[in-house]
Amino acid sequence: MKYLDEYRDAATARTYAEAIRRVTTRPWTIMEVCGGQTHAIVRFGIDTLLPPQISLLHGPGCPVCVTPLEVLDQAVSIAARPNVIFCSFGDMLRVPGSQRDLFQVKSDGGDVRIVYSPVDAVQIARENPDKEVVFLAVGFETTAPANAMAVHRAKEEGITNFSVLVSHVLVPPAMEAILSSRLNRVQGFLAAGHVCTVMGYTEYEPLARRYHIPIVVTGFEPLDILQGVYLCVRQLEEGRAEVENQYSRSVRREGNQPAQELIREVFTVVPRKWRGIGEIPASGLGLAPAYAAFDAARRFQVDSHHAEENPECISGLVLQGIKKPQECTAFGTKCTPTHPLGATMVSSEGACAAYYKYRRHETTTPSPPATAGGATP
Amino acid sequence: MIEEFVLQCPIPLDDNPTVQMGHGGGGRMTRDLIERIFLPVFSNDLLAPLHDGAILPPVGGRLAFTTDSFVVRPMFFRGGDLGSLAINGTVNDLAMCGARPLYLSAGFILEEGLPIKDLWRVVRSMADAALAAGVRVVTGDTKVVDKGHGDGIFINTAGVGVIETSLTIGPMSVRPGDVILLNGDIGRHGIAVMAEREGLEFESDIASDCAPLAAPVRALLAGGVQVHCLRDLTRGGLTSALVEISESAGLPMTIDEEAVRVQDGVRGACEILGLEPFSVANEGRFIALVPANEAEAARALLGADASVIGTVETAGSQPPFVKVRTSLGTARILDLPSGEQLPRIC
Repeated sequence: MKYLDEYRDAATARTYAEAIRRVTTRPWTIMEVCGGQTHAIVRFGIDTLLPPQISLLHGPGCPVCVTPLEVLDQAVSIAARPNVIFCSFGDMLRVPGSQRDLFQVKSDGGDVRIVYSPVDAVQIARENPDKEVVFLAVGFETTAPANAMAVHRAKEEGITNFSVLVSHVLVPPAMEAILSSRLNRVQGFLAAGHVCTVMGYTEYEPLARRYHIPIVVTGFEPLDILQGVYLCVRQLEEGRAEVENQYSRSVRREGNQPAQELIREVFTVVPRKWRGIGEIPASGLGLAPAYAAFDAARRFQVDSHHAEENPECISGLVLQGIKKPQECTAFGTKCTPTHPLGATMVSSEGACAAYYKYRRHETTTPSPPATAGGATP
Repeated sequence: MIEEFVLQCPIPLDDNPTVQMGHGGGGRMTRDLIERIFLPVFSNDLLAPLHDGAILPPVGGRLAFTTDSFVVRPMFFRGGDLGSLAINGTVNDLAMCGARPLYLSAGFILEEGLPIKDLWRVVRSMADAALAAGVRVVTGDTKVVDKGHGDGIFINTAGVGVIETSLTIGPMSVRPGDVILLNGDIGRHGIAVMAEREGLEFESDIASDCAPLAAPVRALLAGGVQVHCLRDLTRGGLTSALVEISESAGLPMTIDEEAVRVQDGVRGACEILGLEPFSVANEGRFIALVPANEAEAARALLGADASVIGTVETAGSQPPFVKVRTSLGTARILDLPSGEQLPRIC
């Protein structure tokens, strides 16, 4: 299939894996930022092609995973009201709030609908003038332009029964939060190709300089990721710390300017809480004052809600690359995709779900019986 | 099979353009519906007496018996409809038991206000599918529920078939070394229905693979293949079929991802929506597990679209996993989706 098969070619993959092996002389820890990359890495077993010195850590780039519990509870509260049509991307429906998820709201009689584009939600609002139509606007810079477009269009057309529950997050502040943590292990980043398609990569240049860390803008196909790792390792081995663009077939340095203008028009940068990580300053987008009338949290007065995470869930540490999913005591036992404790087990892009789906056997390998009284090395 | 809607609906549309509560009341309107829609379409001598049940002649062999309910929305989609699905679904379940499907029942739950012409179109499609699969609908039932308490038409079909082989077909017969055959490309039905339901438009037309599987199964059995296990790839797709058989048999499997054919249009749609083609539903695909030395003969009997996709391994110390060898030569495990597959955000 054009534009797909050529990026999944086994022979080229082996060539890249060999090239990575050749340039690697020491252990390096690299984080892929985006959940889509994590999914591809485990689905295609890309990490198993890498030399043992290279560790890949899975970053916070899964919009489903980092949406805070409060926002999910707000969504559930709004969706359960009569006269509301609640619209969302599909994978948000199964994410558990404190009490229940949107699927349960739906089965209890709430009008919850999966849409494929936020603009579809505006259309639903047009067709149902006597209903309140709410769209759950989550995601990174990738989904921000389309979500901004929906709000912009609703305002232009004077559609007053449409609003958005916004929990948008931004990638560079999260990367900076990881780098400035005293527990940080990340030595190089694969930046998220789709995010950079929208935003370009100039905002990563100061990060690379300040923290002396290579950042490679990387795509999502197996060969993209292998090439991204290669470029990153080469920089690390040569002591360079630059922003490089592996995903040049989609990303330009300045990004997509009209999309950025639309984001700036509709949204404003705000502090944002990340599920499992906590609040990061200037790390999110909220509606700009001119669009405040479209804020569902205000319209339905749910903005003061507070919620506590399950104490057993270590998704915050997983999202920061401090722990791997199998290091969690609940992984695969108390916490499974059917009964997730935290969001990283819910979304197919979440590191825990990806490990559960494709790597579970590695954790269920019976350990050798412990010798009585003996200590394991 | 969807054909051009040429036959005139026998209930004059201007009288009763929609289903009324009275059509399920057991009175004259019910009788009208049966006599003017169901009887002429399903016409056969076992149905004709309209008794409380059909009285079937003796059959020479063990019986297979199954039931399935059909609630697909929308009712009509590219490559099939609710009617063809309701026949083929039950026919295929019987075929997977190694049976030759013979007789079906059809229970209809109709929603008040359903256009009669939609019912007629579905029933006509059932008749076509039954004819193609060589089965007869010999008994049935109709109920009508209040508007808002159904979704157009719900159909239940149950069926019996005769098992003319002495083989025990099922996971208990699967052995290490068995070869897994698949009769064609996967994922078309699920994507076709989703495209229709969600109003998604793809560049290529993706049509459901809805088809009866009795004939290919009979070809295998008549050809003398020692079939160990059969499974159709409906809900949960190839993933569910493989994982369930592997777990029941207690044996691991290895699948070659590149041997599983997926049409470009289906692959593209899955990439866009973040779905896994292995887990998308099919309505005319099945896997057959056969001894390795009969694999080539079996593949030839299943036709040009069939391929060998993997093998059953020897039980190890680990629980049985279905391992997929990817196009990159790496391995991953195949796991059941936890619920419905959901389109991803980005």
